Amino acid sequence: MQDNHAKKTDEKGGYGTTGHEWDGIQELNTPLPRWWLWTWYACIIWAFGYWIAYPAIPLVSSFTKGVLGWSSREAVVADVKGLQTLRGPMTAKIEAVSLADIEKTPELLSFARAQGAAAFAVNCSPCHGAGAQGSKAYPNLNDDDWLWGGSLDAIHTTLQHGIRWDADKDTRSSMMPAFGKDGTLKPNEISATADYVRSLSGLPTEKGADLALGQSVFAANCAACHGDNGEGNQEVGAPKLNDKVWLYGPDKALIMERITVGGGGVMPAWATRLDAPTIKSLAVYVHTLGGGQ
Amino acid sequence: MSLAPAFDPHLDEPEAPLYTARKQIYPQAVKGFYRRIKWLILAVTLGIYYLLPFVRWDRGPNAPSQAVLVDLPHRRAYFFFIEIWPQEVYYLTGLLILAALVLFLMNAMAGRIWCGYLCPQTVWIDLFMAVERLIEGDRRERMHRDAQPVDLEIFSLKLLKHSIWLLIAWWTGGVWVLYFADAPTLVYELATFRGEPIAYISILVLTFTTYTFAGLMREQVCLYMCPWPRIQAALTDEHALNVTYRYDRGEPRMSLKKATHARSVNEPAGDCIDCQQCVAVCPTGVDIRQGPNLGCIQCGLCIDACDDVMAKIDRPLRLIAYDTDVNIKRRQSGLSEVFKPVRARTLLYAVMIAAIGGVMAYALANRAPFTVNVIHDRNPIFVKLSDGHIRNGYTVRIANMLSDPQSFTLRVDGLHEAHIEIIGGEAEIEGLPSITVGADQTREMRVLVRAGEEDDREGEPAGLEFQIQDIHDGRTAIAHDFFRTPHSIH
Repeated sequence: MQDNHAKKTDEKGGYGTTGHEWDGIQELNTPLPRWWLWTWYACIIWAFGYWIAYPAIPLVSSFTKGVLGWSSREAVVADVKGLQTLRGPMTAKIEAVSLADIEKTPELLSFARAQGAAAFAVNCSPCHGAGAQGSKAYPNLNDDDWLWGGSLDAIHTTLQHGIRWDADKDTRSSMMPAFGKDGTLKPNEISATADYVRSLSGLPTEKGADLALGQSVFAANCAACHGDNGEGNQEVGAPKLNDKVWLYGPDKALIMERITVGGGGVMPAWATRLDAPTIKSLAVYVHTLGGGQ
Repeated sequence: MSLAPAFDPHLDEPEAPLYTARKQIYPQAVKGFYRRIKWLILAVTLGIYYLLPFVRWDRGPNAPSQAVLVDLPHRRAYFFFIEIWPQEVYYLTGLLILAALVLFLMNAMAGRIWCGYLCPQTVWIDLFMAVERLIEGDRRERMHRDAQPVDLEIFSLKLLKHSIWLLIAWWTGGVWVLYFADAPTLVYELATFRGEPIAYISILVLTFTTYTFAGLMREQVCLYMCPWPRIQAALTDEHALNVTYRYDRGEPRMSLKKATHARSVNEPAGDCIDCQQCVAVCPTGVDIRQGPNLGCIQCGLCIDACDDVMAKIDRPLRLIAYDTDVNIKRRQSGLSEVFKPVRARTLLYAVMIAAIGGVMAYALANRAPFTVNVIHDRNPIFVKLSDGHIRNGYTVRIANMLSDPQSFTLRVDGLHEAHIEIIGGEAEIEGLPSITVGADQTREMRVLVRAGEEDDREGEPAGLEFQIQDIHDGRTAIAHDFFRTPHSIH
């Protein structure tokens, strides 16, 4: 660009030119209105105002706070508070009404399900999965197979006090012995028992499996908790062994592993972490996933 | 013919500045055919704007009874018999496309008549100028007064003018907010200082913009802020009618005396007597005799002014008229004038307007009063139950756009043996689960579909049809989804 080009009058249009020229192409002078210039200056001054009024300039370990004292953190806190106030009447109803009645009232049900889904995503999904689908050792909450009971009240109790959560004295507690590790059962007995457990739900067993031995070991060691026919016991959180749902998996090796090491899963007690209406909403949400009893 | 904007006489000088001060324009009052059209349009459009919020429209007890209402908190827009939900925003898109096409068609027919007659900026400027003339007098009087030092009389006149302008601006902003809430209620709330802060803020902002744009900035908005003149210039063609100075008739311009003399000795004399009336009445300060111009909003007031003069000096009218450069050239070569309102461009616009308008009208007339939507659970895709059955979960949303509560039955077809459960549904009707959805509301439910063993098969997942049926009149709405199992292809 030649900036030193002389300003002149364009021959064809009769315009003055700015004196700017690019490869022979000249720029016609179409002046902006002066108010536009002033508006531009005013915008710049306005921008300085922002610097003074709001947090703006980063310092070494802090930043300029601005004379208005506004902070985005406080804005979020205020927003959250505003939402809580907005939800206040509904939250109060959730707190006052019984779990069964929440499910019967469409308005409360949709509120509880929405609140429960949000709480689930934050607190429960790390173990149970985003859709409560579970994974190995973590139960699927969509199906109709419940370790400690699938009624509204049972789910609510589990949520409040957790499972094998020692910090809560009302926690659900039980422990499957480590039959293999502590030497109660011999390897051939464990193998036979695993085959027998598979046969309870109609799964094929290994060729030459000693089902009679398995049955007698089962009756002596397992039936007390898991029931004579493997029907489970929700009082002690003993899983059903005669259905199609498996907590750890139906493979023989996995069943043998459980018999060998025993133990059980742990779930925190939420009563000390979440407020009562949120826990109620969570109970309703889990119950209405589809497996609730 | 120069393309230099006529509103700045210094632009042809090489030393023209980069920024120019605004040249005050004092448009003169004018009477005539186009001025009457403008008054009529002003009365009709402002009448509609100021009165429409108060028009009532009975929609029953469950819906607002305001004919035109944008109910932002409840996400509904009402226009007489039409109610638009947020998901139907495509009607607004269609309307905007139609508006753009109508603008293009108007432009192809007669240039910037939108700018000259219909644009809110023009209409409010006209209103504000009428107030100005009423208080401060016409062009000469105002020019004379503005050249004087300000004394008490001038100050009071100006104060009165600006006060009335502000009053109109305030009323304009005040009416705007009435389109967003029940108008009589809001007027009462505003008057008793119980309105929402946002209502007062909106009124303040619109008062400020109306006063500034229509009172203070006026043609500056058209010249420097509006994009349409720039777009318009790219969309026009040689057959679009434009306010045109017929220089074939007007030139050489000379005084009436000289022209009379020239004609008496058979020398060429144009009809233009250079009386400057066309410039004096122009609301944007254009000299139309310089040819097509970015500043010209094609309002036709210069036509009225010139016709007035032509009548007085006993020359034919329409020295300035809606005409084309093509016709000027043809007349100069002794050919007859051509007007081509029907040409490829206008036909295309008209066909597109008809097509889009037709599609929208058809869609609007045939849209379902209620709809059903289904979303399959994404996670888990299926659930294996303890007895080995497979269950799929769905979120079903029913939108009842009617102004009464409706009850529906839900039927799910597509499986050999299906068991349907609705979480939070109502009593069964004839063996089908039922749902009641409130007036003008949506309701979301969790629907669980459990299939028999026959349905857990290899291959493509089974298609499901969710059908809701109004239990009173039997009308139905349908949505489709799939039933997925461990053996189906996901």
